[in-house]
Amino acid sequence: MKTKNKNSDKNKYRICSAAVFILCILLLIFLEANKYKYSYITGILVRSAIYALVAVSMNLVTGFTGLFSLGQAGFMAIGAYTVGILTIPVAQRPAVYYMNGISPVIEKMYMPFWAAIIAGGIFAAFCAALIGIPVLRLKSDYLAIATLGFSEIIRAFIASPQLNKITNGSYGLKNIPSFPNLYTIFGICAVCIALIVLLINSSYGRVFKAIREDETAAQAMGINLFKYKELSFVISSFFTGIGGGLLAMFMGSIDSKTFQIALTYDILLIVVLGGIGSVTGSILGAFLITSGREWLRFFDEPLTLAGINIPLFRAGFRMVIFSILLMAVVLFYRKGIMGTNEFSWEAVFNLFKKRNSAGAGSGRSDIQDNHSDDGVKRILNDREA
Amino acid sequence: MNFTTFLQQCLTGISLGGAYALIAIGYTLVYGILRLINFAHGDIFMMAGYFMIFAMAVMPWYIAVPIVLIATTVLGVLIEKTAYRPLRDAPRMSVMISAIGVSYLLQNLATYLFTALPKGYPSIPVLKKVIVFKNLSTSLVTLITPVLTIILVYLLIALVNKSKTGMAMRAVSRDYETARLMGIKIDRIVSFTFAMGSLLAGIGSILYFTDRMTLYPFSGSLPGLKCFVAAVIGGIGSIPGAVVGGFILGIGETALAAAGYSTFSDAFTFVLLIIMLLVKPTGIFGEKAVDKV
Repeated sequence: MKTKNKNSDKNKYRICSAAVFILCILLLIFLEANKYKYSYITGILVRSAIYALVAVSMNLVTGFTGLFSLGQAGFMAIGAYTVGILTIPVAQRPAVYYMNGISPVIEKMYMPFWAAIIAGGIFAAFCAALIGIPVLRLKSDYLAIATLGFSEIIRAFIASPQLNKITNGSYGLKNIPSFPNLYTIFGICAVCIALIVLLINSSYGRVFKAIREDETAAQAMGINLFKYKELSFVISSFFTGIGGGLLAMFMGSIDSKTFQIALTYDILLIVVLGGIGSVTGSILGAFLITSGREWLRFFDEPLTLAGINIPLFRAGFRMVIFSILLMAVVLFYRKGIMGTNEFSWEAVFNLFKKRNSAGAGSGRSDIQDNHSDDGVKRILNDREA
Repeated sequence: MNFTTFLQQCLTGISLGGAYALIAIGYTLVYGILRLINFAHGDIFMMAGYFMIFAMAVMPWYIAVPIVLIATTVLGVLIEKTAYRPLRDAPRMSVMISAIGVSYLLQNLATYLFTALPKGYPSIPVLKKVIVFKNLSTSLVTLITPVLTIILVYLLIALVNKSKTGMAMRAVSRDYETARLMGIKIDRIVSFTFAMGSLLAGIGSILYFTDRMTLYPFSGSLPGLKCFVAAVIGGIGSIPGAVVGGFILGIGETALAAAGYSTFSDAFTFVLLIIMLLVKPTGIFGEKAVDKV
């Protein structure tokens, strides 16, 4: 009897998932059809999706393997520059590199965007593999500061005058073609996140979690610590690189200042808000933070209430509110939205049930108790039948 | 490059190193006691710069300087009380994330209050006095910085080694729990440590920005990171180590800039860090730590 009830619950959850999925697709079709009318919202959603991808891949390293890595911006820069260099139309290159000229090696090198994105990911993964060999021997905060350092080194290299003919130095890259349509970008992000989830649920994922829980114990169980740490770091960087490439395509023009430490912090805050060790949390966090930043924009505009100009409201106030909110999450709600749990419909329904019974006064909760009694009776009857 | 230019660059390097050393001590003190990279330290240093701009606008420098130092110290202690104390028993990663959050908040707050445009740093006439020695000319601040650094460090070391508070600090940094059992008031010691670190950051800020003239909300973040690196190179937890690390970074960076590789001067810091972590992770003066299971 109980299993039957569970099955019906499961079906209910499946229907909900399918409904949400279809809603998302419909929304996507709608946005694609009215791209120009809703370009603002579309932009926010695209950026959120890209950040979600990067946040999930950061979560793979930080939340699931327990390596506190802060190198995201650097790997994003590698991906973004690879995509930029490979996809700017050959005819427009002289205009982009008008200041320093272009190196003959890359002058005619052109790839379609999907190949360039994969190339960006692979290049980022390759750099991560090299960096990982020395850095992954370090632990916790040393690792954090070393990866942060590498991300700054990567940025300094990109901006250096010695690489002017390849990265265009401090002028940055322009005219990077955008996506053919919205389905591509959301599709790429969804596929990448799905791949990471598959990895986390595989036996490799379990090894990662074992390392996170206790390194010494994991080693005693015969796990090759370095191999798995390196694997997690490289895979995460691969997807971060892809995220960077997508960001380059979305923004159209990039320079080394785009990939400052602040970008890594943004991603970190998304991961923290969503819950360290929760994929769905990271995705939720990415959408909430990126769109939250836009919604809070009214704080930046001068506000006049009843003829009185409220002096607090001016440029920059939004970010102050935003950072105070984040501090509040860090201090009082340490686990983030999801903690280490994943999203499940069961939890959502339970939440609503609790809300209803707790929110209403005693009278109503009595009625509800009756209802649940009815439910129990019905179940009992069913069993007899 | 002739000899005069060389000397000039040396002076600049040593002066920069002195300012770095003062900030690095703040990192080393806090790390020694709480095992926390205080990411907000660089921003405390930046805020001290803004305090100075506003203080100097209304009063002469000899009143402004103490007020700025007090304000900076109060800011440091306040940050510790609100952002780090509630997380005393939390995992280290949460505290570090809180530190990053504070740094983010301070930067945004500064952007909001003072706008993102660079502001001119007021010059203290005494510090800016130009001294000419044969064909070598330099401002007084360049000469004062290293001397002041050495004096302050000497005082601090004496404080840590001789006074009762210093003894308590050492006890807390050696073993947190045992120190608490011995009746040491941990919270007070931690606050005191933050006060010391922020005070030195305030002094460092005055010396650093007097040489640089401009200040904007993000001008604390990179020097902050560099000074943390300086502390690691010297051996985190060790005060003389932080000073040596600061001077190494300051001189190395100036040398690179003088050789024409100024874009790499930031990267140089981190290359040095990574080399150091691989060769001798405990730093020059660091003690060996044993990981217990």
